[in-house]
Amino acid sequence: MADFLNSLVGSIDPYMLQIFVNVGIAIVLALGLNVITGLTGQLSLGHAAFMSIGAFTSAMVTIKTGLPFVANLAVTGVVTAIVAAMIGFPILRLTGDYLAICTLGFAEIVKVFFLNFEPTNKALGLTVPPAKTAIPMPIYVWVVAIFAIVLVTFVQNSRFGRALKAIREDEIAADAMGINTARYKIQAFALGSFLAGIGGGLYAHFLSYINPSDFGFLKSVDILAMVVLGGLGSVPGAVIGSSILASAPEFLRFMSQYRMLVYGALLVFLMVFRPNGLLGGVNLTDLLLRAIGKKPTSKG
Amino acid sequence: MFLQQLVNGVALGSVYALIALGYTMVYGIITLINFAHGEIFMAGAFVGLLLVATFKVNVFVAIIGAMIFCMLMGVVIELIAYRPLRKSSRLSALISAIGVSIFLSSLALMVFGADAKGFPDGAFPVRQIKVGSADISTLQLLIIGVSAALMMGLEFIVQKTKIGKAMRATSEDYNTSALMGINVNRVISFTFALGSALAAAGGVLVGVLFNAVSFNMGLMAGLKAFAAAVLGGIGSIPGAMLGGLLLGVSEVFGVAIGYSSYRDAIAFTILVLVLLVKPTGLLGQKITKKV
Repeated sequence: MADFLNSLVGSIDPYMLQIFVNVGIAIVLALGLNVITGLTGQLSLGHAAFMSIGAFTSAMVTIKTGLPFVANLAVTGVVTAIVAAMIGFPILRLTGDYLAICTLGFAEIVKVFFLNFEPTNKALGLTVPPAKTAIPMPIYVWVVAIFAIVLVTFVQNSRFGRALKAIREDEIAADAMGINTARYKIQAFALGSFLAGIGGGLYAHFLSYINPSDFGFLKSVDILAMVVLGGLGSVPGAVIGSSILASAPEFLRFMSQYRMLVYGALLVFLMVFRPNGLLGGVNLTDLLLRAIGKKPTSKG
Repeated sequence: MFLQQLVNGVALGSVYALIALGYTMVYGIITLINFAHGEIFMAGAFVGLLLVATFKVNVFVAIIGAMIFCMLMGVVIELIAYRPLRKSSRLSALISAIGVSIFLSSLALMVFGADAKGFPDGAFPVRQIKVGSADISTLQLLIIGVSAALMMGLEFIVQKTKIGKAMRATSEDYNTSALMGINVNRVISFTFALGSALAAAGGVLVGVLFNAVSFNMGLMAGLKAFAAAVLGGIGSIPGAMLGGLLLGVSEVFGVAIGYSSYRDAIAFTILVLVLLVKPTGLLGQKITKKV
């Protein structure tokens, strides 16, 4: 089985494969942020901080213990979620932009912490040994990405997800309806960070080198742009947004030095022409049903 | 020692305050975190550098030139990237601002290259003045003086002129001011022009102080200035000044007592702690939400 998968991965062009894996990791990260910002409406500018906590935890687990990769990712996700819940408990009292700047500040603090943290080699960064698994990384990444898609889709339609949407639409009304807003917000924050941690773990083992400076403000912004571009609160949107933005810098490579310039301009133009994101307010199942000639079932 | 560090801190802090004012004014009027503001600061530094290096003008003329250039830039950015998004969700405008920021910094990277540029020698005559135990350079006096003058000018415009009154009215209530016959679009453009001019002045001053202008100087300075604006209470002009000074002074003291590798975290730690105790910042007004 492992041999077959290895030969399968080996037959794909390595450059395309790398883009493909980047997209897979981006999907996991974007779906995590989608739970926090898209579903619950809490703007977070520090998603990369949780990614870096995940990346370093996962790398340390691989270095210090012999846990198989599945257990490693599970431990990583749980550790990140616990850190997020501890952070979330005080700061989720803040609302709107105050929360945003607090998450931004927290992310900078985490970055500086890792830059000065002895066990992870400070600013030199950490070389990560190969993951303890027979399955090749690219396939692993995509299995996790599909798991994340299923998980978030499931959460979105559950009682928990409906409570989160109620908080997003109107926090005071949700509170009045008996939803424990503080508890749900922390849980959403922890769930989103759980995915961020796992994404970080995958990132660390795929690149096999991590540096605290990789998880700066721009990384958080990248992930946020994926979520907003795809359409807030939409799972297919997050998938498409991350596919576009994670591969755009590569496909724009033919413009060599102009590519970041074009990337910036692209963000502005996409927002000006599609302010709600590519799939914001679009129901994909309805579209599919309409395409095959069935009358769409309209439900809110 | 104490006095010396205090002067260093006030000089750095007044630059943070200059940038923070732009954030806070724009936020006060259209509740947008203008992430491109740090890049305007960077552009101001480059324009100042070009004026000094190529046209051999003195620093004051360079500051004025940079301010005028960045005024136009701020207005154009608002027109292209923010105005079409005014009716849509605030997050879209935020992403658009981030797009502008990425665009401008990569443009600067292309035009000016990746290495930091310094001001030519003697761009500003630096002399040390001894006051008590501290050595104060004329450069620090220049920074503090220019910042103080600009902030007083701003205070005059906002409090005493007609357009300033319109700005205050618009930030109080956007829709009502439009109904009262205030040309809201003009007020917003004016706000962007004012904020960008202040950031440009800050850019030139920082460029002269550290003798380094680079394409990525806007990011960290912008984030810290934003932290300063929030610390003082976003939307409040005196708050931005107070927040900027406070962050500048505490950063310099933090470095002085030996936490230099934690330099960038100091500002944010203070910010997070203050927000936990006082969620709307030091001078921010508490807004009671009506249901």
